[in-house]
Amino acid sequence: MRYKVVLPTGLLVASLLFSGCGQKEDTAADAKPTPPAAADNAGTAPASAPDFSAATKQYRSFAIEQCDLFVKETEKFTNAVKAGKLEEAKQLYAPARAYYERIEPVAESLGDLDPNIDARINDVDAAEWRGFHRIEKALWEDKTTAGQEGYADQLLKDAQLLRAKIETIDLDASLMVTGAVELLNEVSSSKVTGEEELYSHTDLYDFAANVEGAEKIFEILRPELAKKDAGLEKEIGERFAALKQELGAFKKGDGYVDYTELNQDQIRKLSQNLDALAEPLSNMGKILGV
Amino acid sequence: MSDHKQQPSNDSILNKSLTRRDVLRLAGTGGLGLILGGGAIGGLLTAENKRKEGARVSASNAEERIPFYGTHQAGIITPAQNFIYFAAFDMTATGSKALQKLFRAWTAAAAAMSEGQPVGDESGNYNLPPVDTGESAGLSPSRLTITFGAGPSLFDDRFGLGAKRPPSFTDLPAFNGDQLEPQWCGGDIGVQVCADDMQVAFHAVRNLARLARGTAVLRWVQEGFQRTAAADPKSGTPRNLLGFKDGTANPAVTNDQEMNKVVWAQSSDGPSWMAGGSYMAVRRIRMRIEIWDRSTLKDQEDTFGRYRGSGAPLGAVNEFDPVDLTAKDKSGNLMIPADSHVALARGDGSVQILRRSYSYSGGMDLKTGQLDAGLLFISFQRDLFKQFVPLQQKLAKNDRLNEYILHVGSAVFACFPGTSKNGYIGEVLF
Repeated sequence: MRYKVVLPTGLLVASLLFSGCGQKEDTAADAKPTPPAAADNAGTAPASAPDFSAATKQYRSFAIEQCDLFVKETEKFTNAVKAGKLEEAKQLYAPARAYYERIEPVAESLGDLDPNIDARINDVDAAEWRGFHRIEKALWEDKTTAGQEGYADQLLKDAQLLRAKIETIDLDASLMVTGAVELLNEVSSSKVTGEEELYSHTDLYDFAANVEGAEKIFEILRPELAKKDAGLEKEIGERFAALKQELGAFKKGDGYVDYTELNQDQIRKLSQNLDALAEPLSNMGKILGV
Repeated sequence: MSDHKQQPSNDSILNKSLTRRDVLRLAGTGGLGLILGGGAIGGLLTAENKRKEGARVSASNAEERIPFYGTHQAGIITPAQNFIYFAAFDMTATGSKALQKLFRAWTAAAAAMSEGQPVGDESGNYNLPPVDTGESAGLSPSRLTITFGAGPSLFDDRFGLGAKRPPSFTDLPAFNGDQLEPQWCGGDIGVQVCADDMQVAFHAVRNLARLARGTAVLRWVQEGFQRTAAADPKSGTPRNLLGFKDGTANPAVTNDQEMNKVVWAQSSDGPSWMAGGSYMAVRRIRMRIEIWDRSTLKDQEDTFGRYRGSGAPLGAVNEFDPVDLTAKDKSGNLMIPADSHVALARGDGSVQILRRSYSYSGGMDLKTGQLDAGLLFISFQRDLFKQFVPLQQKLAKNDRLNEYILHVGSAVFACFPGTSKNGYIGEVLF
């Protein structure tokens, strides 16, 4: 799914909001280690720093939009599970998850919601395991929807709770910058290895969604980055394009081929393209100042 | 540590006055009482102090630091360090600009790391990842050398270097018995990293790979080791994993004339850009050590043509005794079998190479449960096809050792001449 980005000119207005080392405190940042104030840098802080309020506003509406679609598509999926429609449920599984995967770092900052929705088999105690992957195992490995009704209801409730909570989240530019890298790290650590979708092998849907989520953030912050470091902005843009081209080869219909169809060389090449992108992307924090 | 090697220099010692720091340091070592006890002795103490400082500078300069810049690249005739971490890269970017940019970045990083410095200045920005990965912070340079070379594939049409390829520089021909596995072969660029500390070597490869992201990717890596200087203070010829001394017959790296004859490409040899460079052959040679371990001592010594204990040629007494390929025992048999490793490698002595090999351990072979271990053979020569190839052809056909070894990896690299502070490695190509 593609979203056209229109950047408001207000984005470029400078203010004192991000001067010095001070990070805007918010609930999202609470979940991450807050950088300690660096005494050495206090004297070199810029007199003014960019105002990211328009950018964060834009990202918030993206996150909410994705979340709306996530709830809607999850409901279709859980309805199919509850109706015992095995094949339909399998078809709806990966596309519904993609909306979640695009905004994963936001969800991860909201406490238990991420494990409840997205935990894999050994991520949590067996007794607490629920969510997408629990149902995934039933659909693909046990080849049945039987007994999944409770998990389906729970999943939809968790998705709705995420939608409710996302309104309250206090986004800032720092969360966006780290979130973009986190999305790619997600790909690196579980999608590339094929561990994420152990039973359905729909890893490429998640892969693409994570990359799209990271790209959305990049597109929003891009003008500011271009001002700070045009070379880096260009490099990141090129590498998003290269990775998406690489991914494009595995498209099939509206989705992607089964991950087991990829050979080792193809997987390694995807992984290397991803690293090539994530490395410069991790320097996007330049726009935040010191 | 190495004070005993240093002679105090006589110039200006007596003029040197004690600084506050000197006094504090002497206090720390119990010397202060002497200063306070007799003024006249002060000069001698400053001399002592100077001597120590000299030793310290020398220890870091001469013993821990190998200059990166120079006529030739470091790591070729540099006496072998304790460890190697070899990395072969493939370019993913195309165009000569991307290649030049990579070489420049690598040169700056390699020069800094050879001095024990991080690969770049830290910004101190908490919103950015650190520039250097940090695991070698505070460690000595550990005689780190980083040697770069171009593989034959770099001279295809991706970088416009087709015309620069030395005429005879191609992948090695197939040798008898080769069982090459693609994952241990080739590479657009070879980087030999050696150091007396494995963490220092690892840090170098890791940071070069990081700098290359988006431009080049790792194709294969192999770490290797030798006995360390600490374990072998006399620096004897190292033993390979078959228990035999390896490298006894190497040419003397201190002999410039010999190095020009054996190791350094000369401008008259071919492309002028390679003058002062050297061609590197890399072979990953798996040893069937389990089989070797059940061979008799007699078999083992006949295989190498040397005594296991002393390293002396069979029939001789000391390691460096001349190899007499005609010597016979009482029954008229050759002391050194004609198909032994030393007999074939030595030949008539006309073909020489500079060997700089390391042992490797690649964990366990999951198929057999045996150790994947052997030799990361590396040699430098002026001309691969006049030196390494005929030698290896002969060995591959007849060497008794072939029963116990298996060539699984192969690569060649044209190692550039050295560069100066204003230049960069590989600049000669453009």
